[in-house]
Formats: sequence, C-alpha cells, structure tokens
Amino acid sequence: MNKTTNIDPALFSKRKRANKIGLTLSMSAMVLGMIFLLWILGVLFYKGFSSLDLTIFTHSTPAPGSEGGGLANAIVGSLMLVGCCTLLSTPVGVLAGLYLSEYGDRSRIASVTRFVTDIMLSAPSIVIGLFVYALVVAQVRHFSGWAGTIALALIAVPVVVRTTENMLRLVPGSLREAAYALGTPKWKVAFMITLRAAQSGVMTGILLALARISGETAPLLFTALNNQFFSTNMNAPMANLPVVIFQFAMSPYENWVDLAWGGALLITIAVLGLNILARVVFREKVQG
Amino acid sequence: MDITQSASMPTPQALRVAKLQRVQDFLFHAITQFFAISVLIALLGIIISLLINAWPALHTFGPSFFFTQEWDVVNGEFGGLIAIYGTLATSIIALLIAVPLSFGIAVFLTELCPGYLRRPLGTAVELLAAVPSIIYGMFGLFIFAPLFAEYVQPALAATLGQIPGFGILFSGAFNGIGILCAGLILAMMILPFIASVMRDVFEIVPPVLKESAYGIGCTTWEVVRNVVLPYTKAGVIGGVMLGLGRALGETMAVTFVIGNAHRLSPSLFAPGTSIASTLANEFGEAEAGNHLSSLYLLGLALFLITFIVLAWAKWMLNNMEKKQGLKT
Repeated sequence: MNKTTNIDPALFSKRKRANKIGLTLSMSAMVLGMIFLLWILGVLFYKGFSSLDLTIFTHSTPAPGSEGGGLANAIVGSLMLVGCCTLLSTPVGVLAGLYLSEYGDRSRIASVTRFVTDIMLSAPSIVIGLFVYALVVAQVRHFSGWAGTIALALIAVPVVVRTTENMLRLVPGSLREAAYALGTPKWKVAFMITLRAAQSGVMTGILLALARISGETAPLLFTALNNQFFSTNMNAPMANLPVVIFQFAMSPYENWVDLAWGGALLITIAVLGLNILARVVFREKVQG
Repeated sequence: MDITQSASMPTPQALRVAKLQRVQDFLFHAITQFFAISVLIALLGIIISLLINAWPALHTFGPSFFFTQEWDVVNGEFGGLIAIYGTLATSIIALLIAVPLSFGIAVFLTELCPGYLRRPLGTAVELLAAVPSIIYGMFGLFIFAPLFAEYVQPALAATLGQIPGFGILFSGAFNGIGILCAGLILAMMILPFIASVMRDVFEIVPPVLKESAYGIGCTTWEVVRNVVLPYTKAGVIGGVMLGLGRALGETMAVTFVIGNAHRLSPSLFAPGTSIASTLANEFGEAEAGNHLSSLYLLGLALFLITFIVLAWAKWMLNNMEKKQGLKT
C-alpha cells in the first residue's frame, strides 16, 4: 500500500471527505429515527401509566363532565370486535392463501388476486369504513358491532392471505411430492402436509393481522361507532378503544384526555406485544 | 389423483376411492378459489358502491367538483379542492422529509451497523412501523404541536420565511397545528415503512458486486451511491411509493393535527383539511343528499389515487423481485 505512488492526494481526500459526510448523515438519520421512537414511547408510557389504575378495567366510560370512570366497556368491545374479526378472517384468509400457493402458479385469477391483495394491504382504511357503511349500516339503518367486524375483517384478510401464501411457499416441494407419491389427494396434502408444515408461519400471519386491526380507528368510526354504556350486543353500536381514544382525546374534559392516554397505552402494549409474539413464534419455527 | 388410476389393475374399490377423491379435490379447488376471488369481489364492491353513492354529487357538480374551493354545508355547495390540496401537500411534505431519513437508516442498517446491533435496531424500526396511527396523532396534538409552535415555527418564519416569494409558505400565526405539522407527523409515521422496504431491497444486492467495488478501492459511500443504489433503483422507488400510499390515506394521525379548516391558504402554517380527515369529521353527521354524496366522491377520489400509487409501487417492487430471481 505505501509503495503506491500515483495517488492524487487532492482527489483522495475529497473522496474520503464525501465518504465521511455521507456516513455521518446516515448515522444521524438512524439516531434521529431512534429518538422519535423513544420520544413517542416515552411520552406514551409516562402519560399512560400515570392515568392507568384499576378503575380503568372496572368502570365504563364516564358521561361528559362527570368525574372518574374507566374504559371497561371499550376494552370488552374491542376484544369482542377483534375476536369476531379473527374468527371471520382466519378461515377466509387461510383458504385463499392455500389457493394462491397450491393452484396459483399458472392461473390468471391467482395473479390478479395476489395483486389486489397487495393493494388492499395498504388501501386507506377510512374508505373501507365508507364501504361497509354503505353496504351494512345504511341498509339496516343502525351502527353495529357486526359492521365493525366486517370492516376490520376486510383489513385483516389481505394480511392473512399474503403471509399464508408466503409461508406455504417455503414448504419444500419434495414434501408435497412425497405425499403425492403415496397417492394422497391434493386437499389432504394441502391440509395435512403443507399447512401443518407451515403452521407457525400461518400463525405469525394471523397474529400480525390481529396487531394490525387492534389499532385501526378509521374503519370503526362509521361502523361500530361508540357506546357510552357497557354492551355485549354485537347488533348494536359498540364501544371500542380506538374510537373512544379519538373522541376523548379531542374533548375538552381533562379526565377524558387522561383516559385517552391510558387507552392509547393499552392499545400500544397490545399491538407491540402481538408483534413481538409473532416474531417469537416465527423464529422458533425457523430454528426448530 | 391420476396415480391411483394408472395402477396396473385397479380394483372396483380403488376406483371408487379415486372417484371420491377427485370429487373432494374438485370441491377443495372450488372452495379455495371462491375465497381467493372474494378478495377481488371486495375490491370491485368497494369501487362500485362508492361510485353509486358518489353519483349524485358527480352528477350535480360535474368534474369541476375537483377544482372548486367551496365547501358550504348550509347552502349545499361542495367542492373538493381544499381537501385534495391538503392530502397532497401533507403527503409531499412527509415524503420530502421521510425519504432522505429512511435512506440514511437503510444505509446504516445494511452497510455500517455492527452485526450485534443489526437485529435489535432493525426490529425497533419495524416496531415503530407497527405503532397504531392514532398514537402518532395524540403525540402530535399534545406533545409535538405545542413545541412546534413555540420553537420551530418562529425559527422557520425568521429564516425560510424571509426569502422573497418562497417565504409566504412559512408565514402566518404560530398555531402549531396545520398543514406543515401534519406533514411532519406523517413523515414520522411513514419513515419506518420506507426504511424497512429500503433495507430489504438493499440486502438483496449480491455481495460479489459490493465486494468487487470495495476491492478496487471504493469507499463505503461510493459503493452505496454507485453500486447499491443503481442496482436497487426500482425497489427504492417502490418503497417510496408504498410510503406515499400510506401517507395519502392516513386518517387518524392527520385528523388530530391538521386543524380541520376548510380554507385554502398559501401558508403551510395555516390549518387545512385532507380528504381522510374531512371524512372522519363529517361523514358521521352528514345529511343524506349532496353532502353525503360529496363525501363519498371524496372517498372515491382518495381510493383511486392511492390505488394508482400502490399499483405503481407494486409493479416496481415486482420488477425488482424478478431481477433478483434472474441474477442470483
């Protein structure tokens, strides 16, 4: 190295300088990103924990101007909506994913479906709210938990479809062929070999879909709406955490804003927890 | 399948089993196909139902709806210009800030980061992408906007605001909430999306290419600029478009901080409204008729804009994947 003589020192230091500037900028972008993350989470945990106590889980949302109150009705409502949505979207998503991976290599329908699912993955969720409003709420003339479930399912299904397909594609073809060689019909291969081999991957997809819909607010605004009282009737307007947070955070009452922070913390913990759980499930599969 | 049949001496029993299995396979195919198609039907359903509901407004106001400022609920005069302007302005601000930052983050994660930090930092970025948007909205309204009004807006007005012509963008009262603030919060939100797509595409650059560039004496920065970036161009643009798609349709993060005012102002400090936040605020209370129909029309416009952006993004990313398939 030292013996090289034809280095232009000016050019060399210029290149070095450009390198240093570029890398410093890149590093500061990373630092800035991390500061945002810590800032948001820090504020959320600080504000959330200071308003979090047992009454949040035992009392329903307070009336305007009244003291105290909790989020019990919203928490139960959110759990019911997300639960029903999971029951609805898991079979639909997994079966559609099976079709894409088992029959989807040459079929035109499959490639169009794949394209559309990818778009639906990022479609504006508020438009899905409008659609379900027009389809369900405007027809039966009242807001309902079911309408909220359908709206959430429309967001969850694409997530499940795409992860299921990707995971099924990871299953080695030799495994399928071994089963075919024994004379197993296709549906049995799909359910008992491919799906079982990709079990934890599919599980990951369902968990990610759950995480995605748990925090969705926009599609619930015109479907499940909100309910000031405790209700488990899916055919009536249903309280749910995101909409309660939205309404309370915009309100002038201080205790409402506090409750909104508490609810925001609960939702974030649930969403991040589900995400981490999905990662753990998937990693175990890869290692095992 | 056919294997059972092609055995040399099929017994009647085996034939029966084969027949049954063929029926079962047919059913399996039909059922899974039905669910796959139902996703297509959902998309068509969304477009058709929005179109039907938006038709009265489209019929009354015509294409000039999209260029009219008026949004008068009392007199029934509606135009979408302000909301469309708000949507585009906030998304463009968000992209201007988020794209360079996420490029930096992706470069850091793929080229600079020490191995033991790569996983935790990558996970942190992905978790940031998972935080529900309503949290960004609350953070923006209660924490960011007051600080923004007190420190950043005066500073911007004193520096950029002094430039003739251009300065009008940074004039007006220091409210905190407004188009610029919404753009910044959106930038924070789409930053992790774009960064993780960019990281994924940077990682598919074949090591041989990078190593040969290093071998002839390139600096890290030169490798990134002259090898990684040209190789991943389509993927990077796809990632940016994906982020844009998110930004255009984002509701909660924007509704909290945009100010929700139907006013067109040259200043970015002024409150405005976006399509999504107009829908979130007014749809629940809108009277049937022109108001509701106009909101549907705005929703349809939003859906079509994001559809085009996302389709483009998908197309770019697919090209990228094909290229990867060819070269590795």
